[in-house]
Amino acid sequence: MALPSYASTGQRIWYYTFRVICGLIFFFLIAPIAVVIPLSFNSQDFFTFTKEMLSFDPAGYSLKHYRDFFSNPDWQDALWNSVKIAPTATLLSVSLGTLAAIGLSQPHVPARRAIMATLISPMIVPLIISAAGMYFFYSRIGLAGTYWGVVLAHAALGIPFVIITVTATLVGFDRSLTRAAANMGADPVTTFFRVQMPLILPGVISGALFAFITSFDEVVVVIFVGSAKQQTLPWQMFIGLREQISPTILAVATILVVISIALLTTVELLRRRSERLRGMSPG
Amino acid sequence: MSDMTDTGGPVLAADGTPLKRSLARALRRQKMRALMLIAPLLLFILISFILPVADMLYRSVQNGIVTETLPRSVVALADWDAKSGDLPSEAVFAAMAADLKEAAAAKTHTKVGTRLNYENPGISSLFRKTGRKAKKFDLENGGPWKEALIDINEGWGEPDNWRTIQTYSPPVTAGYFLNAVDMRVGPDGAEARPESEQIYMNLLKRTLWMSLTITVCCILLAYPVAWILANLPMRQANMLMILVLLPFWTSLLVRTSAWKILLQQQGVINDILVWIGLVDDSARLVIINNQFGTIVAMTHILLPFMILPMYSVMQTIPPTYLRAAKSLGATDWTAFWRVYFPQTVPGIGAGSILVFILAIGYYITPALVGGTKGTFISNQIAFHISSSLNWGLASALGAILLAVVLVLYWAYDKIVGIDNVKLG
Repeated sequence: MALPSYASTGQRIWYYTFRVICGLIFFFLIAPIAVVIPLSFNSQDFFTFTKEMLSFDPAGYSLKHYRDFFSNPDWQDALWNSVKIAPTATLLSVSLGTLAAIGLSQPHVPARRAIMATLISPMIVPLIISAAGMYFFYSRIGLAGTYWGVVLAHAALGIPFVIITVTATLVGFDRSLTRAAANMGADPVTTFFRVQMPLILPGVISGALFAFITSFDEVVVVIFVGSAKQQTLPWQMFIGLREQISPTILAVATILVVISIALLTTVELLRRRSERLRGMSPG
Repeated sequence: MSDMTDTGGPVLAADGTPLKRSLARALRRQKMRALMLIAPLLLFILISFILPVADMLYRSVQNGIVTETLPRSVVALADWDAKSGDLPSEAVFAAMAADLKEAAAAKTHTKVGTRLNYENPGISSLFRKTGRKAKKFDLENGGPWKEALIDINEGWGEPDNWRTIQTYSPPVTAGYFLNAVDMRVGPDGAEARPESEQIYMNLLKRTLWMSLTITVCCILLAYPVAWILANLPMRQANMLMILVLLPFWTSLLVRTSAWKILLQQQGVINDILVWIGLVDDSARLVIINNQFGTIVAMTHILLPFMILPMYSVMQTIPPTYLRAAKSLGATDWTAFWRVYFPQTVPGIGAGSILVFILAIGYYITPALVGGTKGTFISNQIAFHISSSLNWGLASALGAILLAVVLVLYWAYDKIVGIDNVKLG
């Protein structure tokens, strides 16, 4: 990768141009997210930088949008709804998903490909189609507009992520360990909780975090399946953006970015740990 | 072993059954156990996801409302020849009067009017107006109904309205699908709608074209980034990887709102352009609520989905190949184009299909930054579900979109294999 000492002028120019191009693309990736954070401390109700902000005048900054977020009942209800829905949906998709992933990783599974394709499909089918179908079908069975309807829908959307991460961890799982446990008299349930689970736990947790963020960020399905009582944080943001009501959205966005950073860090640490456990180089 | 061959019979397992059967039983048990583990989830997905999608597909052809509301008229109309240009017989009018009286009492006449109005604009007022008087119909002595109905509303005197009722009387219809591809059922079967009413094919074309543009933009931006990530030392690459993964993990609405703020006329990008003097303050660029806004925002949102598969492919290509090519006399460009690039094609393919599948079904971002020109077919589906309440048409559009996505999904499975999807 490093530029060799014999490189020609042309190669040198290209080497640095290429780095600049890459730098610009990284900038494109991160700038929109980075811009939101300082703007959320704006003391004016503007969506852009004011003169005071640019001159780093303390008067240009304030926490008023955060205060609004924590005192406005609309936003608080939305936050509370999100916090109620996401963990339940995550629990459902992780418990069912882990079980199925273990089943799928057995050596002889009939129609494995077809089953896998079915289980991954909620990730591939456009959200608007899932949302429409769920709205129609859940109305028929009386689940539309209820807490459990939204939880069920979100759990279905989170399942592909659990399946993908857990099966990926199980690929490196040494099956002789379960056989050894059985040999020493452990029943399948004990083997699962004492031997298999601790080893695949990093994959399960990453899957859980993916499922959680899927539910926590989801807006299309909840708009159609939920009612005003299940108005979640993303839903409230969507309304706010469409109708341009308040810059409180910026404060919410910043809080959500901080949450994503925390989740990302956890997943990365888990992934490295899992690879170290399997004797692979950290990467 | 020699003992067993001496007996001449089949090889036996410890419990005395033939080994073959014993093994087959063990295999069957293994399969059953695997299926038992998968079954709860399959059942769950079936109820919470597959059945809803099937329900939507069913609604795209379902048309029971006409026969349910107007049962007698549908039977009576069956023998009428729409092409003759004559009005149906008195028996049909009498059947319609009876049906309308019943429907008006149950207040279902407006629903059938709304349904038929999708196919023949204007017909809903015919049902609404007649329905108001239908409750007082005296079925025994009110006839002749031909004159009576035409007297209430001239619409009953137009064979075209009768033809619509006849065409849409079967319980299953292709009408919604024809509607979704800008066609309708005319006197001689399916025909194209007049040009002024053609929207959906253009919308579908625009969706495909914009998704393709977004995919190409993603390829162009992702390739250098994936290359530099795959070739830097591990430590630096991991640092830069965070810049790719952070947007991936950040809420979709946060990223969309960020673009909304950046691209506004009074937003950050326009402010900077004015400040450096590239753009006059009075002529700020319109870069939101149009196709440009949608393409920029969606390229940013979907870029990680392109970088990650490319990166995982490029990581496996030994750097020695490039050096070998150069030592054999290839120029930098030839070495890249003939040696390196062909090996990255699987990564490009995997990323492209993924990005294209995700792009084609997007709803939130186009709805927020797309204005009217930059919306996708999803937005039209949402409109028909929540505003115009034409669920049949929404379902038909959804079915077409689903078909496109499933073909791509199938291709993705063939080329990449869904087992190989990686996250983060």
